[in-house]
Amino acid sequence: MTTVPTRAPQSTAAAKSDPRHRRNVRRSKERPNYLAGLTSVLWLVIVVVPIYWIVITSFKSQSNYYQENPFAPPAEPTLANYRLVIESDFVQYFINSVIATIGAVVPAVAVSFMAAYAIVRGRRSRLLRWTNSLFLMGLAIPLQATIIPIYLIIIQLGLYDSLMALILPSIAFAIPLSVLVLSNFIRDVPKELFDSMRIDGATERGMLWRLAFPLTRPAVVTVTIYNSLQIWNGFLLPLVLTQSPGKRTLPLALWSFQGQYSINVPAVLASVVLTTLPILILYVVGRRQLLSGLTVGFGK
Amino acid sequence: MSAVTTTARPASRAGRGGSLGWMTVPALVFFLGFAVIPLIGVLALSFAQWDGLGEIGVAGFANWGAILSDPGLPHALWITFLVMAVSWAVQTPASILMGAFLAGHQRYRAVLSVVFFIPLLLSSAALAITYKALLDPNFGLGAGLGIPLLVQDWLGDPVLAFGVVIFVVSWQYIPFHSLIYQGGVRQIPRSMYEAAELDGAGRVRRFFSITLPQLKYTIITSSTLMVVGSLTLFDLIFVLTAGGPGDATRVLALDMYKRGFQANLMGPASVIAVILVLVGLALSLLLRRLGGRDSGHSQLEGA
Repeated sequence: MTTVPTRAPQSTAAAKSDPRHRRNVRRSKERPNYLAGLTSVLWLVIVVVPIYWIVITSFKSQSNYYQENPFAPPAEPTLANYRLVIESDFVQYFINSVIATIGAVVPAVAVSFMAAYAIVRGRRSRLLRWTNSLFLMGLAIPLQATIIPIYLIIIQLGLYDSLMALILPSIAFAIPLSVLVLSNFIRDVPKELFDSMRIDGATERGMLWRLAFPLTRPAVVTVTIYNSLQIWNGFLLPLVLTQSPGKRTLPLALWSFQGQYSINVPAVLASVVLTTLPILILYVVGRRQLLSGLTVGFGK
Repeated sequence: MSAVTTTARPASRAGRGGSLGWMTVPALVFFLGFAVIPLIGVLALSFAQWDGLGEIGVAGFANWGAILSDPGLPHALWITFLVMAVSWAVQTPASILMGAFLAGHQRYRAVLSVVFFIPLLLSSAALAITYKALLDPNFGLGAGLGIPLLVQDWLGDPVLAFGVVIFVVSWQYIPFHSLIYQGGVRQIPRSMYEAAELDGAGRVRRFFSITLPQLKYTIITSSTLMVVGSLTLFDLIFVLTAGGPGDATRVLALDMYKRGFQANLMGPASVIAVILVLVGLALSLLLRRLGGRDSGHSQLEGA
């Protein structure tokens, strides 16, 4: 389709001669892919316009918001919206999110790594193979559907309306994918390295720490980032398992802030900017790591 | 490895198997406690009567009877299916095209990709809140620009609300799937393209004869994620439309939440949850069958 228009004018000259034709083919390789390029540019506009609008509007005062052109930068930029958001306890919600995320991700990655190591090293044990299939099953099942029994269990444990209520199920939800990705990478560690360490008298625990872990560190970082984003942005667990404002995490706080100030669009958008800022800073610092973390080797 | 294990003393062999087994215990405890037991629990609760606070009683098949004869169920299933199918049809071609485009190494693409992936970072709640403000007929963008076409009751009209959900879902996830396809395209051996070029295949021909078939397992992986993901598309729809207007965007997951945590009917809500699990399981198996083998290992053998 894309080769037709450029070849047409040349056909009047000597299109049938073979060398010409060859050159033509080579040129088609260098020509940009218009269709994909156009889609991408269009997409860029679709992405940039709302983001631009969010940022500039968050600096407008509520009264100016209705008078100015929505796409014009604020005539009198104000930080009042951000002050309102911070005064609405967003620092507390931020701390809650940090505690819930770190509290879940660190144990989740640790237990997944140990399990993945055992599954790879004990491939011939039927019990370990069975364990692996159990975790893999977790990938096919929408775990969110188990929210009602989880609610019941959390109440029974006396953990309702605490950050621990968010942490425990989050760890469980993170395990299947983490084990899958980590075991794929541990499997790539050459068997000879394990064998020679064994001969030197290393225990399995020693090999896990001094061999498998250092060699698969990029995968560990990737899995950590993926799980962190999932939990940081999680909404259902905080919605169901917490109640008091003091235990809110950021996505839930955003939602209730929006319910309270729905007419004050600039303030709502300031809350969106403020809660996204930490991740955005991380993105700027470690874009490559973050992106590979987002897909955790799905394309592998 | 087999040589080592056979020559090793029996005692150390037993110790080794044991210590390996122990390593899975912490993960198993968490997974059993907060995934497997709840999974069994949701089936048990579907036969129970519970308001979320008081005593749990036995309901027998009453919940199942009530839900299966409720016209709300086929509606929720239909809406779930529509969201799944339409968002798949929108996202997949766009993601493949952009993934193929981004797989190139030109510098301007790197600049482009910085902005390109920002939607991935936003939480569904933040996104839904933004679009709610953006589309508000009185205070949103349309009113501010004074363009009548944009001043619609976007979230108040059933068809428009459904369209908005699809748009926002695509806005959020197209970058993610493009990223997966970008990885897939980069693994296609260059030699294939060079050979095709020598045979005089044009770009479109190369795309359909090489890129697309080579991406088969990537397409299956990405589609599985989209399909199973759209089953649990709760946060976004909950904040954006809360299932409305009426029940125009009331997908299964939302139906479960509303019955359980708003109407305090945990039994019927558990029935919906069981259906959700079964649908998810069936779809994953179907897609895996389509792939011919485990999609988790798909691209490893591709190159």
